[in-house]
Amino acid sequence: MKRIVLLVKLVPATERVKMDPETGTMVRTGLEMVINPLDLYAVEEAVRIRERCGGNVQITALTMGPQGAADAVREAIAMGCTDGVHLCGKVFSGSDTWATAYALTQAVKHLGRFDLILCGDRATDGETGQVGPMVGTMLGLPVLTYVSRIETKECGTKVIAHRAIEGGHEVLESPLPALASVVKEINEPRLPTLHGKVAAREAEITTWGAEEIEAETDLLGLEGSPTRVVKIFYPTLTRSGEMVSTESEPVEACVDRLIAFLRDEQTMKRNE
Amino acid sequence: MQPSRGVWVLGEERNGAIHPVSHELLAWGRGLADRLGEPLTCVILGENVHAQAEELVHHGADCVITAADPLLGTFLPDPYSRILTGLIKAHEPDVVLASATTMGRTLMPILAAELHTGLTADCTGLEIDPEERILLQSRPAIGGNVMATIKTPHHRPQMATVRPKSKRPLPRDPARSGEIIAHVVEAVELKSRIVRVGFEADPTTKASIQDADVVIAGGKGLQNAKKFARIFEIAEALDGTVGASRAAVDQGWASYAHQVGLSGKSVTPKLYMALGISGSANHLAGMASSERIVAINKDPEAGIFKVADFGIVGDLGEIVPILIRRLREIGGEDPGDASNA
Repeated sequence: MKRIVLLVKLVPATERVKMDPETGTMVRTGLEMVINPLDLYAVEEAVRIRERCGGNVQITALTMGPQGAADAVREAIAMGCTDGVHLCGKVFSGSDTWATAYALTQAVKHLGRFDLILCGDRATDGETGQVGPMVGTMLGLPVLTYVSRIETKECGTKVIAHRAIEGGHEVLESPLPALASVVKEINEPRLPTLHGKVAAREAEITTWGAEEIEAETDLLGLEGSPTRVVKIFYPTLTRSGEMVSTESEPVEACVDRLIAFLRDEQTMKRNE
Repeated sequence: MQPSRGVWVLGEERNGAIHPVSHELLAWGRGLADRLGEPLTCVILGENVHAQAEELVHHGADCVITAADPLLGTFLPDPYSRILTGLIKAHEPDVVLASATTMGRTLMPILAAELHTGLTADCTGLEIDPEERILLQSRPAIGGNVMATIKTPHHRPQMATVRPKSKRPLPRDPARSGEIIAHVVEAVELKSRIVRVGFEADPTTKASIQDADVVIAGGKGLQNAKKFARIFEIAEALDGTVGASRAAVDQGWASYAHQVGLSGKSVTPKLYMALGISGSANHLAGMASSERIVAINKDPEAGIFKVADFGIVGDLGEIVPILIRRLREIGGEDPGDASNA
């Protein structure tokens, strides 16, 4: 195990994101941005693998996004990554998952030899979980998703991965290099140390554009995206539900009304 | 009826049987195929799929393509994507849909990357644009606060995963007939770099939370692990499975497999009961499209009540024991008189 590549993304810290109804894009101004919370589990796992396999494992965090997006890489460095690359430029903007995966794939090819790519299950803003498996596929790697545990067999050419799937955990053996997207239960991410924060602040993050990664520009950004947003609309969440309160009725009466509701809706199954 | 062009849905086999999400997909696909005036094909890979293919016709398929082999009994990316990209390239369907299960959400990005086409994740609405005759794919975005409609103008096939439980299967029609085509699986197609070496069932999730018709979910308002554990008794009485808010999982009261919301699983059961869950945007994104929602919370201003069909404002410590007792009493009654009490 010589090198792990991490795919990370900067996302809005808050859930109260506004959309521009004209352009169908997120209003990013004035938003506090953080590294995607689910990426922290991938960063932590990379650092743990290095701790198990000896200190020489290089961990490179890769991100794509506008100017400030390199902050995601800095947060990863603060937790123990060695270095980072930021894909930046107008040519990348408006990318859907395919175009994002293409750009990241080109970047990974230009990083050189690696053993493992790790990413979070999905980003909390786009919520697709597609970019990781797409990058793995474009690089011709085995793809492991929903990974809840990684065992590095003698830190060599194979991993055992546990996948959290419907009804339990599947245990898989995969050759390396491979791509794994990890879920929350895999570990508990550490907090950045003071030393890490200093390293993050001082780190020189490599910035690459389309030329450096030898990408075909018509496959990048909005132009290279197979999908288009047609419209954005606000769903009507509110239901006009029946409400009871234990302040105005005895608890027993409230429960009985709930039981009556369940019966009306035939959601109560009978013991047959 | 030929499988070429038209709408394809990728069925799913689990433990040797056709999984009901396949029938939900057929219901989605049927509507789209009818709008386009094109055939609906179900492609299914698995161990025993050929023997069960008629069922897929009875649930709406015009054509079924099966690929049956013991080695396809569980999903593995290499053989599944190899067989499916081969079939898609040979027949060139306009639309390919899969369920947003762990299989669909892994397989579809792999296929979209292989086929260089667009993919929309986790759709809750699919329509055909009447003028352009292309697929309009709607999905919740940004924590479920907005919906986005997405199209794939020039690349084919148009691909989407749809949330499990977002549509009811069509009534089974044994009179329907359709063509069943067996794809003969070649040994070379079965090669897999990844090898499955085991499976550990999770005894606390009786059914996968995404498959459950009834989800009883608990949050921070339950105050401690012991009180949280009591909701398993409610789940048992209602033949449901247990869900949890992020806060409850962070407290260690339930494992991550139970987590509902943006950072957990999205569920759309027939009944979702939220106990002591305030209803953050994160949580609502994962459950607001449930068919019926019951909320119990001490705070009348809690966001969860906005999406509730029935709500109780009160102390869970008082309500839960009485609810469990009442459910057990009913469980012991004669079933005959209970349906219209």
